[in-house]
Amino acid sequence: MTANLEIVRSSASTWGGASGLRSLPVVSKYIDTSICIGCKSCEVSCAEWNDLPPVKTVQTGTYQTMPETHAAFWNLIKFREQEHEGGFAWLFRKDQCMHCSDPGCLTACPAPGAIVQYANGIVDVNADQCIGCGYCATGCPFDIPKFHEKTAKMQKCTLCVDRSRLGLEPACVKSCPSGCLHYGTKEDMLLLAAQRVAHLKKTGFAEAALYDPPGVGGTTVVTVLAFGNHPEWYGLPKDPSIPWTVKLWKNVLRPFGFIAIVGAIIGAFGHHLYHGNKGHIDPAPLDDEPPQA
Amino acid sequence: MASLAATFGRGAMTNGWVDIKNADVVFVMGGNPAENHPCGFKWAIEARKARGAKIVVVDPRFTRTAAVADVYAPLRAGTDIAFLLGICRYAIENKKVHEEYVKLHTNASVLVSDKFAFDEGLFSGYDGEKRAYDKGSWAFRVDDKGMLETDPTLQNPRSVFQLLKKHVDRYTPEMVEKVCGTPKDQFLKVAEAVSSTGNAQKVGTILYALGWTQHSTGVQIIRASGILQLLLGNVGRPGGGVNALRGHSNIQGATDMGGNFDVYPGYLKAPQATMPALKDYLEANTPKALTTASMNYSQNTPKFMTSLLKALYGKAATKENDFGYGWLPKADGNYSWLFMFDDMLKGKSKRADVEEAAPEGLFAWGMNPVATGPNSKKMVAALAKLKWLVVVENSETETAGFWKAPAEYEGPEASKIPTEVYLLPAASFAEKDGTFTNSGRWVQWKWKAVDPPGKAKADQEILSRILLAVKDLYKKEGGAFPEQVLNVAWSYTNPVSPDLGEVLKEISGKALAELPDPKDKTKILKNPGQQLDGFGQLQDDGTTSCGNWIYGGAFTEAGNLTQRRLATDPMGLGAFHQWGFSWPANRRVLYNRASADADGKPWDPTRSGISWNGEKWVGDVPDIKPDSPPGTFGAFIMNPEGLGRLYAPSLADGPFPEHYEATEAATDNVLHPKVTSSPVVRVWKSDKDALGKKEDFPIVCSTYRLTEHFHFWTQHNPRLNQVQPGFFFEIPEGLAKEKGIANGQQIKVSSARGSITALAMVTKRFRPLKANGKEIWQIGLPIHWGYAGNPDHTGPLANFLTPTTGDPNTLTPEFKTFLVKVEKA
Repeated sequence: MTANLEIVRSSASTWGGASGLRSLPVVSKYIDTSICIGCKSCEVSCAEWNDLPPVKTVQTGTYQTMPETHAAFWNLIKFREQEHEGGFAWLFRKDQCMHCSDPGCLTACPAPGAIVQYANGIVDVNADQCIGCGYCATGCPFDIPKFHEKTAKMQKCTLCVDRSRLGLEPACVKSCPSGCLHYGTKEDMLLLAAQRVAHLKKTGFAEAALYDPPGVGGTTVVTVLAFGNHPEWYGLPKDPSIPWTVKLWKNVLRPFGFIAIVGAIIGAFGHHLYHGNKGHIDPAPLDDEPPQA
Repeated sequence: MASLAATFGRGAMTNGWVDIKNADVVFVMGGNPAENHPCGFKWAIEARKARGAKIVVVDPRFTRTAAVADVYAPLRAGTDIAFLLGICRYAIENKKVHEEYVKLHTNASVLVSDKFAFDEGLFSGYDGEKRAYDKGSWAFRVDDKGMLETDPTLQNPRSVFQLLKKHVDRYTPEMVEKVCGTPKDQFLKVAEAVSSTGNAQKVGTILYALGWTQHSTGVQIIRASGILQLLLGNVGRPGGGVNALRGHSNIQGATDMGGNFDVYPGYLKAPQATMPALKDYLEANTPKALTTASMNYSQNTPKFMTSLLKALYGKAATKENDFGYGWLPKADGNYSWLFMFDDMLKGKSKRADVEEAAPEGLFAWGMNPVATGPNSKKMVAALAKLKWLVVVENSETETAGFWKAPAEYEGPEASKIPTEVYLLPAASFAEKDGTFTNSGRWVQWKWKAVDPPGKAKADQEILSRILLAVKDLYKKEGGAFPEQVLNVAWSYTNPVSPDLGEVLKEISGKALAELPDPKDKTKILKNPGQQLDGFGQLQDDGTTSCGNWIYGGAFTEAGNLTQRRLATDPMGLGAFHQWGFSWPANRRVLYNRASADADGKPWDPTRSGISWNGEKWVGDVPDIKPDSPPGTFGAFIMNPEGLGRLYAPSLADGPFPEHYEATEAATDNVLHPKVTSSPVVRVWKSDKDALGKKEDFPIVCSTYRLTEHFHFWTQHNPRLNQVQPGFFFEIPEGLAKEKGIANGQQIKVSSARGSITALAMVTKRFRPLKANGKEIWQIGLPIHWGYAGNPDHTGPLANFLTPTTGDPNTLTPEFKTFLVKVEKA
């Protein structure tokens, strides 16, 4: 399953396209929330492998490390105490980038090549191309992309692309002690999930289901939910899709925008020819503090 | 450990981690393995995946283990005995007992003295003044040859089985609900699931940890679980057992090596003042067989003790001088560290009516008593009385810095403390070679990963340097009791920093003279200097040396077996006999003779422990003489009767477990109102000790650990601080509502020892339980924080609130059930 870095899609550009020669399986990470023990070893190994600096946290009255993922914390277990008809459940779900087949972040991103999708399904960020505009966040139905205060660049889970390209599992999967995380081809992970869902249905969880939402073309990260009819209990949107505003911008308005920009350049050139130089203008002073994530 | 030894013969987890995957029911109580043993807990999940096992969790708090359980039931903290005896009763009433097993492998048929009685919460022989039992009336009946009298039909009213039946008869599901607060239907669900394994086809395991041990009745809680597993026929079988999950990677190793005050390496009893000569010691500690079918393996104590003395004193130990036995200290009372701290505080030490000076110095070696001991204020006050304190640690701990404890600890002003503190930097576990012995008795070698930082040294080097310096001083200046020190054998290649491989060789054992082959005396089995194959070759005449008999065979002529990493598993049950070495004799499941029936056939052929093939026992390393046909010996070879003990007359607080409320009782005892708490509980009474009453402190409190931290070590680690940044109290929603407390607000929690003000985590995972007709709230708090370390992540010590009371057998403090009150801060 040694992957490759052949790009099939790239933000704000027509770059990409696989060779079409090699047989390249789509990879997948499988999360089984029904046996996750909420130990957070995935949180720690993610931060360790990716050399992310510790984020200052404070105890606020929860086992959850922080409210949301952070530009320097890409893997967060979400804790929820849930009363239901059959009793009580303490739910743990590993929250992270889902690596959508139809990634809203990539669709929304205006910076050419800042967000790319590889042939193996991984959606990755090229920090050097990222302009820190924040549009990707508006395109994500899972509220994943976050901006770092200091670097003003978007950061998120890469599915350990540096490991997976060598055929290694992501760091979180490697460190998981309960066996609730697996990594393999999407085909294999769907098979595993089907077996687990069937088992859960037999053992009292009639609504168990796999979360692989079609609204974003399915996800590379698939999640088994014991209460499959209530993804919102796990902090997941029920039927996620790319916001229509983002689609409208990309598919309808943006071509118009392109025409407008070209028009503006021609107009400006004409203006310059007509009026000449106005002299030097000081740029606006930069804030010391980058915007809050 | 004391309880397992009294029941089965050895103080250790009966099975192993990987073996949990062979269970049909994984019963977790008094432990929280998903949080505290996450890597081991995967085998419980594997059991469910591979064989559809049920995970059953009983805990006052809905834990992360409960979150993935198939069956969960709450109970009021400290009422575990009532719950377990309730299951025993359920199994007997509903014919779920594995009868053939019980008759064959337990002492159910043994008759008990007519003098034994139980009435109104007290066993016979109670002395109210001494707060202790005279155990004489608890004895078994013996015939004129000293053999136990039995009734194989189990019908005799004085048989252990009938006495047990009568004893547990009071623990009906209704009584369990009344005592434990567990709704009857939830109790019955647990009882049904657990007792479904009381037959040959099914097998169940019990996993527990400090949630059972840290009570004033801790030993008896574990006894109750042992009784239950014997009734269900689950001991000795793959996938069965009573499994103590140890809280440190090497705590099993520490107890094996005599880390406790009352035992020597290999659980040999520590010599007492009543045993001045080796002969006295051996007489007192070498049991005689109580049945004709008893291997009575402890009859070999003289071989183990003599070989230990040879390892300690080498050539200086001779037959003429009792192999140096006289040089060993003899205890004239209890020298558990809680007693020593009490002595230090009082400035005097009184044992056996002799008053002596209190200790003036203390080595706190890899131990942080201020943080881990009960009643932190008392710990600080006691240390402040010392002349000197040596702390050997990775970093500065609360103990090393006791003199700068915050004001609420009420320690004396630093300038007025006479104690001179030496903090010696030690290498951490990753900075030195050596072995870890895991909960399942697997001794596994590990290699140093990095060099220790700065001037930090491995423990053995620190120890050796001190020993050699003291030896030098004795040589130059003389002093009291020079023999003990001067005669210590220290013949390592590098005496200043012994190689731990060499130390392991010494622990495992070697021949000091030619050892003849017992089968053919004309042949020589071992030459002097050769490593022994196991403890079976030890001698009591000084011709062998062995530092710890149970580790015998860990390092043989074939090399260091703890370094083996072969993942071959011909049994297919995860035994992995060529991975490391497990004591004793590389046996993976203890008492495995009980995995087979009277004819030596396995109860379940798909999960065979050992079986008799007509010539010998095959499978796991047999826990029985390998060529002894079925019927020759009983399965519990360390017990002089060869049987598993449903009735155990050796413990301080009764031959059967009985429900007592905690020392700080939240309610009266429903079963016997005149005896609320354990009548023999250990209570200390210095001016720093105080106990609270339920009228003033109505809420039950427990302390526990979190997955994200390790004891008191990791508050320095930025990654772990990130995922669990600070101290909190977990309190139930209903209580918070009653007191007007919102999640995240500050609250003040007080016990009779002190108050802590900290953040409240309001949760649905603690529910009020109705006990004895009254609703009782329970709250909890994690350990892990203290005043040492990263100043951004300091916090209160949990033990600031806990009482100085302990189990009468082990003196383990009662951290899991004590009383507090809660106020809005």
